[in-house]
Amino acid sequence: MTPQIAVFLILAAVTVAGAVSLILQRHPIHSALSLIVVMVALAGLYLLQGAEFIAAVQIIVYGGAIMVLFVFVIMLLNAGEEERTNLSRMARFVGVPLGVVFLLEVAYWIARATSHMTQSSPQAVSTRDLSTLLFREYVFPFELTSFLILIALLGALVLARREDSD
Amino acid sequence: MNEFASHHPLLVVALPKIAVLLFVLLTTLAYLTWFERKVVAHIQARWGPYRVGPHGLLQPLADGLKFLFKEDVTPAGADKFAYFLAPFLSLSLAITSIAVIPFGPKGFTVFGQSTPLAITNLNIGLLILFAITSMSVYGVALAGWSSNSKYSLLGGLRSSAQMVSYELALTMSVVGVVLMAGTFNLSEIVQAQQGFHWGFVPRWNLIGSPMPQVIGFFLFFTAAVAETNRAPFDLVEAEQELVGGFHTEYASFKFAMFFMAEYSSMITVSCLATILFFGGWLSPFPQTMGWGWTRYIPAATFALAGLALIIHGVRYLTIFGRFVLPALGLGLGGLGVLFARPGVPEFVQGPFWFLLKITIFIFVYVWLRGTLPRLRYDKLMDFGWKVLLPLSILNVVITSLAIVWTQR
Repeated sequence: MTPQIAVFLILAAVTVAGAVSLILQRHPIHSALSLIVVMVALAGLYLLQGAEFIAAVQIIVYGGAIMVLFVFVIMLLNAGEEERTNLSRMARFVGVPLGVVFLLEVAYWIARATSHMTQSSPQAVSTRDLSTLLFREYVFPFELTSFLILIALLGALVLARREDSD
Repeated sequence: MNEFASHHPLLVVALPKIAVLLFVLLTTLAYLTWFERKVVAHIQARWGPYRVGPHGLLQPLADGLKFLFKEDVTPAGADKFAYFLAPFLSLSLAITSIAVIPFGPKGFTVFGQSTPLAITNLNIGLLILFAITSMSVYGVALAGWSSNSKYSLLGGLRSSAQMVSYELALTMSVVGVVLMAGTFNLSEIVQAQQGFHWGFVPRWNLIGSPMPQVIGFFLFFTAAVAETNRAPFDLVEAEQELVGGFHTEYASFKFAMFFMAEYSSMITVSCLATILFFGGWLSPFPQTMGWGWTRYIPAATFALAGLALIIHGVRYLTIFGRFVLPALGLGLGGLGVLFARPGVPEFVQGPFWFLLKITIFIFVYVWLRGTLPRLRYDKLMDFGWKVLLPLSILNVVITSLAIVWTQR
């Protein structure tokens, strides 16, 4: 049990716990907080693989901007707690067992398909290498993506404008 | 012991460093409140705390005890988890950001393990600082929302919108420095500022070589003052007088945690400003032949301060002060003598200049608070989006052009 495996297990457990909590929480704000935990734990997993720039940008963009938007919307819409009802008989006796069986099957096939992979020691990818790749070989998709984001921004502005202009 | 140290570097080296830094930081936070109250008071032609201990030096202790003993009220209908999480998140994020800041060039050796004068030396140190800054919006937003009070909600939403807006200008204004240094590593950014133009003007990023980062510095400092919710952008603090801010419904210690988080962010931003634009722990004097006497400036400063305290203290008003102030003066004088002994000046140079520059920046922060009036909210958002952000993008463009030109 090297330190890498131990840290990976902890981070993976935190990610899965956050994701499960996201579904099971009653209040949307608590779900949003669980999603923030998932994002930060994912950043830790990226860091474990040596992708330091991606980890930092994951926290800045996902944790610090996108989730802030989610939290704002939940606060402004004043979404309240959800009601809880008991599981129907169909869900309890057929749905949940079938869901567990499906999960186990998927886990089995993934484990079988990746059993030949060994743990490689991750090399830290420096920001310089990443930016060389991004701005030399992949510059065209990069510019197209920025165009796409610009179009989305314009579309959101047009859709959200008040209709007081004749 | 050296064997043990080489097998357990975390335990022997990192944990004591963290403990020492945490202790020093928390004490500095407490005395920063004293410093602010004294400076703002003197700007307003009065004395500030004067009675609790000589020159009010025990005032932070009294305030801390007051916060600990006040009744801890939780508003009815508050979302308990978010209500308890918000101050904890604010304070822990604010204090964590000190971990990536380098205080000096050389390290020291503890039981055979040499370690730099910083807790970590990350290759992405600057990015991690910005990541922590962007996560600290949650403390404010959750605090405002979970208090179940309309004033808190409005204050919290406005404050988090302000922080998110000025974060953009903050990160863009630093890109010029990163372009010139070529790295995100804070120690390397400081080391790239070594050397002197024409022999005596220091090569700090403010007067940097392809492009002086003057605009970058002013943008950075303005955005940082807005980011830490300080005057003149302090609607949150001020709305306590006007309406209510995100920490209206917070009682004793949680309120203290928010304030500690704010002062801690102030310290972090001052550290960043000195590292990025003012040469960090580099001395403003050249290190060549005729300037060797400047290595004794720390020693001289401490010795003179100690002497002044002793002379002032023996004629102080209260008898308690007549013991404490000269004792403090003797302590400072002793430190001054210590810094003049052979072998110590090189070690103490870096941290001394770093701390001096941080103190100047914190003084500027408090000066701004005492002097400037508050900005109205819509003017504040206009300023952030329509002035700071375009100027910071312009700064990036001009710096890139200058770098490409001089490398041609």
